Amino acid sequence: MVMLAVAFIAFSLFRYVGNPINNMVGQDTSIAEREEIRKQLGLDDPFFVQFGNFVIDAVHGEFGSSYRHRRPVSDLLAERLPATLELSFFSGMIALFIGIPMGIYTALNRKSVLSKIFMTLSLIGVSLPTFLIGILFILFFGVILQWLPTFGRGEVVQVGWWSTGLLTISGWKALIMPAVTLALFQMTLIMRLVRAEMLEVLQTDFIKFARARGLPTRSVHFRHALKNTLVPVITITGLQFGSIIAFAIITESVFQWPGMGLLFIQAIHEVDIPVMAAYLVMIALFFVVINLIVDILYFFVDPRLRVDRAAV
Amino acid sequence: MKNTIARAADSDLWYSFRRSPIVMISAVITLVIVSTSLLAPWVAPHDPFNLVSIDLMDASLPPVWYADLGDSRFLLGTDDQGRDILSTILYGSRISLIIGMASVTFSLILGVALGLVSGYGGPKVDAFIMRIADIQLSFPAILIALLIDGVARSILPRDMHDQVAVYVLIFAIGISGWVQYARTVRGSTMVEKSKEYVQAAQVIGVRPIAILWRHILPNVMGPVLVIGAIHLAIAIITEATLSFLGVGLPPTTPSLGTLIRVGNDYLFSGEWWITIFPGIALVLLALSVNLLGDWLRDTLNPKIQ
Amino acid sequence: MKTFTKRLLAVATLAILAASPLQAKTFKWAFQGDVQSLDPHALNETFTMGFMGNVYEALSAYTDDLELVPALAESWSNPEPSKWIIKLRKGVKFQEGGDFNADDVIFSWKRCLSEGSDMKGRAGLIKEMKKIDDYTVEAITPSPNPILMQEMAWLYIMDKEWSIEHKTAETTNVKGGEEGNYANMHANGTGPFIITDRQPDVKTIFKRNENYWGNPKTNITEGIFTPVKQAATRVAALISGELDLIYPVPVQDWKRLEKASGVKPLSGPEARTIFLGMDSSRDELLYSNIKGKNPLKDVRVRKAFAHALNLEAIHKKVMRGASTPAGLLVAPQVNGFSEALNTPYSYDPELSKKLLAEAGYPDGFEITIDCPNNRYVNDEKICQAAAGMLAKIGVKVEVFAQPKSKYFAKVLAQNNYDTSFYLLGWTPGSMDSHNVLINLLSCQNKEKKMGTFNFGNYCNAEIDALTDKVGSETNPAKRQAMIDKAFKIAKDEVAYLPIHQQPLSWGVRDGVSVSQRADNVLDLRSVVLQ
Repeated sequence: MVMLAVAFIAFSLFRYVGNPINNMVGQDTSIAEREEIRKQLGLDDPFFVQFGNFVIDAVHGEFGSSYRHRRPVSDLLAERLPATLELSFFSGMIALFIGIPMGIYTALNRKSVLSKIFMTLSLIGVSLPTFLIGILFILFFGVILQWLPTFGRGEVVQVGWWSTGLLTISGWKALIMPAVTLALFQMTLIMRLVRAEMLEVLQTDFIKFARARGLPTRSVHFRHALKNTLVPVITITGLQFGSIIAFAIITESVFQWPGMGLLFIQAIHEVDIPVMAAYLVMIALFFVVINLIVDILYFFVDPRLRVDRAAV
Repeated sequence: MKNTIARAADSDLWYSFRRSPIVMISAVITLVIVSTSLLAPWVAPHDPFNLVSIDLMDASLPPVWYADLGDSRFLLGTDDQGRDILSTILYGSRISLIIGMASVTFSLILGVALGLVSGYGGPKVDAFIMRIADIQLSFPAILIALLIDGVARSILPRDMHDQVAVYVLIFAIGISGWVQYARTVRGSTMVEKSKEYVQAAQVIGVRPIAILWRHILPNVMGPVLVIGAIHLAIAIITEATLSFLGVGLPPTTPSLGTLIRVGNDYLFSGEWWITIFPGIALVLLALSVNLLGDWLRDTLNPKIQ
Repeated sequence: MKTFTKRLLAVATLAILAASPLQAKTFKWAFQGDVQSLDPHALNETFTMGFMGNVYEALSAYTDDLELVPALAESWSNPEPSKWIIKLRKGVKFQEGGDFNADDVIFSWKRCLSEGSDMKGRAGLIKEMKKIDDYTVEAITPSPNPILMQEMAWLYIMDKEWSIEHKTAETTNVKGGEEGNYANMHANGTGPFIITDRQPDVKTIFKRNENYWGNPKTNITEGIFTPVKQAATRVAALISGELDLIYPVPVQDWKRLEKASGVKPLSGPEARTIFLGMDSSRDELLYSNIKGKNPLKDVRVRKAFAHALNLEAIHKKVMRGASTPAGLLVAPQVNGFSEALNTPYSYDPELSKKLLAEAGYPDGFEITIDCPNNRYVNDEKICQAAAGMLAKIGVKVEVFAQPKSKYFAKVLAQNNYDTSFYLLGWTPGSMDSHNVLINLLSCQNKEKKMGTFNFGNYCNAEIDALTDKVGSETNPAKRQAMIDKAFKIAKDEVAYLPIHQQPLSWGVRDGVSVSQRADNVLDLRSVVLQ
């Protein structure tokens, strides 16, 4: 359903936005030649025929050719996919592994100075636009200190069709700044979320009971409270992973990271519609898959759901 | 409605406001930025968009405290065209704020309306609207805004695009924010709907619109305004991001994001003031609006401190 | 014993020194964009052609000083005005092993005429091409064309057998798919470098072609090209040592490169003159608030514009002192240049206001200037600066800046010169003033292909007559006098508003020696690493 809706939007975009022919041909192409190309591209067929073809092609991973690169969009996306996934994965990890402990800490030690510092930092994190963080990082670590490379992925090794920067030192060095930049915003979100959920759970009756029963604080906090906090955290984190991929557009364009986001933003500037349409469908697919994974994870974390669903 | 305001003014809100210095500072900062930028044409030392008054020979001057090169006319220096940075920041924040507020208003109205309809109307309407909300939620706001801007960019001729850029941005940012309002309002509406006074009103034949307007709306406005405050900061940052990516406002009517993008070319050349000052202004603005929003939420929603 | 050790050391050092040319020398460079396709006939644009010139070669070529020399041709002759005999180089092999011969030349010429080609104009200079033997071809031109071989330097030769084998016998096109588009991602030329890996917009890797027929001075064994769009990032990467050469360098970063250790800016005069043109022929301007008449037809208004522009300010502030303010449409390197005429119009806004008032526009008027924003050095900023200066005499100029593709689509002949006021840059391809007279100063005349780039159609019969005479005059002194006379008229009537010659602007790491060609082409053949 979601996919079909997105496909429809993407297709309408493909079909009606701008005049693709003008973007494809040189300045001295005659009108007759233009008409010829129109026919070849199937732009004269009725709307539903075109939409049908688009969906069928999309299912097969065919999105036509980029106007600018003159290559199949699927090839372009496949080339760029590893870069974006590696970046998103690592910034997701950074966000999780720093954000969750910080959230727990600030929830449990509400009054401590460190908590206040964390909370203030998180607000600054939310208020600093990603691109500004990226620029400042480049200025300090790239230009002034010259510790880290300022653009690109460094040395990349090809493993099958997957190009990875994780097998070389320069690849890792190139990953640091973009991944941290991308992670900061998500990290603050996760931290605040964990904190809020934890606080809420700590006020529930069953925690109060647990305390009343004289269970050790540690056990109450980590066995009972944390576990109950995790359910919403997983949901949001899952959804956030999707938005990491979307926010990667900004990070990628600041750091010239050759991923799908950079491809997309260039496509917008050049009105390269097949690329835009394919990127959208691709992102929608990601979100659907992520939602699915989140649902499945629920089963493992929250046994009540298992019973519920089994009954249904 | 009156009731809410009166309640807010007299008590908890004011008390907690006076107790928290950070909130007070951010309120002052917000107030200063909002008032100076809205009054930019009167308070700015120069009119950066009046070509007659700017002089290319004044271009790229550093801030005044650079004794050798600074010029007392330009407190924070000038940009590559000789425009006073302080004035461009004031005018830029004005545009950023206008777009932010307009898009928040837009999504607030849209979201509240859809939320009311969804909560008050039948299950079919509700399912339909919430389904759209789900689909929309599966796309991050920035992506939707980028997309809408991209579409507008390709449909409209370029010379027209610049003129309508502001409206396109308001629409693009606004459209992606309505879901939160709608969900909140829908929830509250459903709760209110089942209450006796609403049912009583229904029985005596009050029109649904009147019920929504007079009885349900005032009760859901509190949380909506909190969301609005937090959303304002997001909208300002989103606008800056879009402009930075080059799909927002053109350099002829620069917002803070555009100023940062233009200045970025000069950042590494040593002319840091062209980028950094608008950057600081943006962060200050977003931070204080965020702080205020946070505080509003915490105060109005005492369950989570 | 000690001396022996010393000697041993010396020998060892020598051995290392001697061995070093054999060691891997990797050269990393960046430009602001990538080539769209590896197909050498797909796009006729300076950067693309220069880039592909490292892999593909043509019959003729330009040296570092832009002199024309034979390349894949050994020699040529022009026995009849419209007939050329071209002798081809023997023993040249394509990178994948195919032999180079006359069939490849004729095949490539025909390929340039195929649907997706951007070289149709160039290939169309030849009407017919015949094979005389394996290493001789005959070319017939539609009319006498003394500069045919200058043009042929940009028509790259592909291997016929290879192209047919990979189904890419026609220029790649937009239809997409793998079919027919092999040459987009694969290259097989005769040049000194082989492309071994290509990721569009990310990276292209070149390896030295060990079987190259020529003997270029370069010592690099590997080249890595990365497009880096943002100028600031490009400069940062050069300074931090990630790259060996970048271009273009924004002029505001020159100082920074001078100060930074281990790198330096590399600049030279480009023979390109940047100028503003005005519509001085239509009866009503297309983009102005004045209706029913064209203020720019009045020479007083054009003069007012000329004296309102502060070229010194543009030179100092926009170009950071890196440009050469100009009073003529030709650069000093161009044949026919005259120092005496090159003094810019004086900066005198008061005079401008007076002239405008005399012409009947005491309060000025509104006009739109068309401007590219990614074609020339700081092009959009020059337009903005000019708008600011004209505002001071009451002329309100709206700057309409677009990417070069859209800009040219709007203002060129194909779109009926849809502009009232515009910024353009011009380098005479032949490095002779006659080219400027024909293209920029003659009245528009489609049949005679005159005034093609005279978007504003400034028209003066006397200049047209002089242009004809200059074309056939052989006496240098007389010719110069005629050129001077034509330029003098153009200047008195303010045909154009010359701004400056822009600089070439590259940045290199110390230890890199490279020839900076005046046409802004980076030829890897000239790169030597220490």
